[in-house]
Amino acid sequence: MAASVQEFKTEVHNNWCPGCGDFGILNSIQMALAQMDLEPHRVALFSGIGCSAKTVHYVKVFGTHTLHGRVLPFAIGAKLANPALTVIAVGGDGDGLGIGAGHFVNAGRRNVDLTYIIYDNGVYGLTKGQASPTLKLGLQTKSLPQPNVNEGINPLLLALSAGYTFIARGYAFDIPHLVGLIRQAIEHKGSAFIDVLQPCPTYNDLNTKDWYGGLDRLDARGKPMPRVYKLEEQGYDPVMRPSAEEAHAKLLQFIERALEWGDRIPIGVFLKNETTTTFEERILRRIPFYRESPPAKRPILNQGGSPTADLTRFFEELRVI
Amino acid sequence: MERRINHLNWLIGGAQGSGVDSAATMFAKACAFGGLHIYGQREYYSNIMGEHSYYQVRVSDRPVYATSDRIDVLVTFDAETVFLHARDVVPQGGILYDPKLSETPLDRIPAMTERAREDLRTFLAEHGAGDTMEDLLGIVRDRGAKLFAVPYEELIERLSEMLGEPISRLKKTANTMAVAASCALLQYEISWLEKALSNIFRDKRRVIEMNLRACELAYEYMATNFEDPFSCALKPMAAGERRIYLTGNQAVALGKVIAGCSFQTYYPISPATDESVYLEAHEVFSLNAGAGEGKGAILVMQTEDEISAINMATGAALAGARAATSTSGPGFSLMIEGLGFAAMDEVPLVITLYQRGSPSTGMPTRSEQGDLRFAIHAGHGEAPRLVLASGDLQEAFYDTIRAFNWAERFQMPVIHLLDKAIASSSQTHPVFDTSSVVIDRGQLLTDEELAFQSSNGAFKAFQLTQTGISPRVVLGQKFGICWRTSDEHDEWGHITEDPVVRVAMMEKRMKKLETAAKEIPLLEKLNVFGDSQAEIALLSWGSPKGAILEAMERLAKEEIPTRFIQVRLLWPLPAEEIARHLRGAGQKIAIEGNFSGQLAGLVRQLTGIAMDHLIVKYNGRPMSVDELYEALKQIIKKGAPERVVLTSGR
Repeated sequence: MAASVQEFKTEVHNNWCPGCGDFGILNSIQMALAQMDLEPHRVALFSGIGCSAKTVHYVKVFGTHTLHGRVLPFAIGAKLANPALTVIAVGGDGDGLGIGAGHFVNAGRRNVDLTYIIYDNGVYGLTKGQASPTLKLGLQTKSLPQPNVNEGINPLLLALSAGYTFIARGYAFDIPHLVGLIRQAIEHKGSAFIDVLQPCPTYNDLNTKDWYGGLDRLDARGKPMPRVYKLEEQGYDPVMRPSAEEAHAKLLQFIERALEWGDRIPIGVFLKNETTTTFEERILRRIPFYRESPPAKRPILNQGGSPTADLTRFFEELRVI
Repeated sequence: MERRINHLNWLIGGAQGSGVDSAATMFAKACAFGGLHIYGQREYYSNIMGEHSYYQVRVSDRPVYATSDRIDVLVTFDAETVFLHARDVVPQGGILYDPKLSETPLDRIPAMTERAREDLRTFLAEHGAGDTMEDLLGIVRDRGAKLFAVPYEELIERLSEMLGEPISRLKKTANTMAVAASCALLQYEISWLEKALSNIFRDKRRVIEMNLRACELAYEYMATNFEDPFSCALKPMAAGERRIYLTGNQAVALGKVIAGCSFQTYYPISPATDESVYLEAHEVFSLNAGAGEGKGAILVMQTEDEISAINMATGAALAGARAATSTSGPGFSLMIEGLGFAAMDEVPLVITLYQRGSPSTGMPTRSEQGDLRFAIHAGHGEAPRLVLASGDLQEAFYDTIRAFNWAERFQMPVIHLLDKAIASSSQTHPVFDTSSVVIDRGQLLTDEELAFQSSNGAFKAFQLTQTGISPRVVLGQKFGICWRTSDEHDEWGHITEDPVVRVAMMEKRMKKLETAAKEIPLLEKLNVFGDSQAEIALLSWGSPKGAILEAMERLAKEEIPTRFIQVRLLWPLPAEEIARHLRGAGQKIAIEGNFSGQLAGLVRQLTGIAMDHLIVKYNGRPMSVDELYEALKQIIKKGAPERVVLTSGR
């Protein structure tokens, strides 16, 4: 029996712009948590800085609204200290792929079991619409004084080379689909990354809801031809199992789909890599009791306050007399 | 001739990568096993191979805690070491050198700095000498030092014949021979070296055997060729206590383990890295019987940068782990935004900051006390933190434990200041007494306590209180759901820009500094040594402590009493307490390893008391007892300027 979405809502006033794609992502997160019947106190939601980062205040789980670009180190620290927590990190594309790009890449290398959702809108909204790392070269959104002079990052390809083991793309205005992606990402063991196309109604006047929906291109019967399509409806199988040949083929299909943009924009799960270990498993090889006694749970004091650690062996090693 | 027993300064040098460290460790351990007290200091370049490094080992019948500029025994196997250090050998001291290198001219030392070369050129010219190693040795010999030629190559050839091993495999035994020859000179029994070798090489029987034969050859060589007794000798002593030999980095690491630190992050940086590497090598350890389980662990995370290091540690601290990060100046610079978060969101976090030569990349492997003001003020806005500084290895150990207790009790970041001089010093020390160590987790609520305080499952993490300190929960606690943000926030941890709430929160955070100042006992804020009524008052913090205490002893022998105020809690600064100890002193002298006298300035700012003199040092080398003593004498004789700059060290 799933929990009620209501249980995951707070009474904090939401100050996003009307029509913002962020609402769809917020709702999807709350719905996914409710459908998965997760206990709110076992979930820790982290965010960077920006419009998207306010998400944590609207969700009734442990919420930590961190620093611009730094959400992943915070989230990783918490997850490693207490692996029983369900850890979700959220932030904008400027936050994660601009100022936080170093952390984004290095988090992929670790494959810690967490979910990272980027609200990808191509602009820095909260500072009034500057170009962000995913905005394509030459585009001029409405508050840019000049067209963008930088090439846009492809978040999916970057995530692939960094080593994320679950890579997906969602669309903020397809909530049922996004809920499914978030659930799969949380269930995935390892670092899961979801790039969510999130129209910014105030500052990105190019990649709008209407544009994604294809309202500017009608078929013969006058019906819009949406740009966004679902991978799973095309028979795309994202699962990479441990066989070298398959791995190669999966990488190629990933790259091919990840490069699609413009008239056809795929959403769905691009990759679910089952060929590698999670960071937690790697630690377990070194610290066999890591799961039962992780850093946050290890008893460090006895009754009366004396320390539990015994330095005898350390002293023996250093002993001279 | 009166021979000095069990009190000497021994120095070995050589190219980095040639085994200087291991030779020094062998000597230090051989002495330590014999019950002697050791203080060692390692000087090295930011380089892997080839640059000059040296290791000073002071051996004494009682504890010493500082370097000295006067060398009794100089052990060398290259010409550069002779060139750089021979002038520092005292009359009656000894130099062991390789006679094969005698004719090496000064210009043939590739790694030497032009400044040092020029300095030596002038020195040699002033003595009307030529420019070879032999010429320099001649000058030193004329001043009374004894020269001991040790033909390493010949000895290795003989060793090769004895063992039937190729010479190439025995090259490294030159270090051992150098150490052994110096021990022979000091009439220290070879059995102590054997003990040191077994300790260092553990179960590598063949290596031990090979090195032991090398030692025997060196002893035999010295006995045959040098019959006159040397000015110093070493004799084993009964210790009467269990003793360890460790470095400053290790003292901090041990403190972290006993304090219950279970999560440490770092990005590689000199001179902090050794601590994290030591911890990782010892990540799983025993728990005492009371804890039942049997094993404990510390998870050591090497991160992509220091920004990640501090924030990952904060994430772990939020989840309830005792978490720390360890770094040096450039790394700390990167951490400042994260420091602000920990202060803003009242996170118990320990930052171990090993100061080094700065600014910018500065001198990565050299010492300095340049980060006091930085640690106190780091960050935009006004954010509370505690700053404490250790003056020696014992303080480094106990202060580490203190730092974790304070972090949790006062719920703010604690910056533990150390420096390269402490990090890379090595010392014999009685096994640390951990019987009185107490872990204080402050107002961390249990799940049961939380059930009563919670409202609809959520919790006010920033509840306003008299002390500024709120009851605390960690991520994952039932009924403890709470929010945190780097924005200004209300008691629930939600963003606010309300002017009234802002004032309340600002005051709450800053109030905790007052609470800490009130609750931390005076004994943990500062130490006062010497004669509390003395005319001469010395003020310092951190690593100069050892040199100051020894210089004070020398002065006391000359019937010059002094008092020394060692400040240990630097922020909030115990200004009133410091003022009380400074008042009434005739001459007030601040001693610091930086350019501007940062503590002296802070004391003046907060107490109005100006120091009469400032003794500073910023050449990257630790303060030596000799130069400090000389500077103090000069000041006391009223013959010194207000600011005296110390410059010793090679």
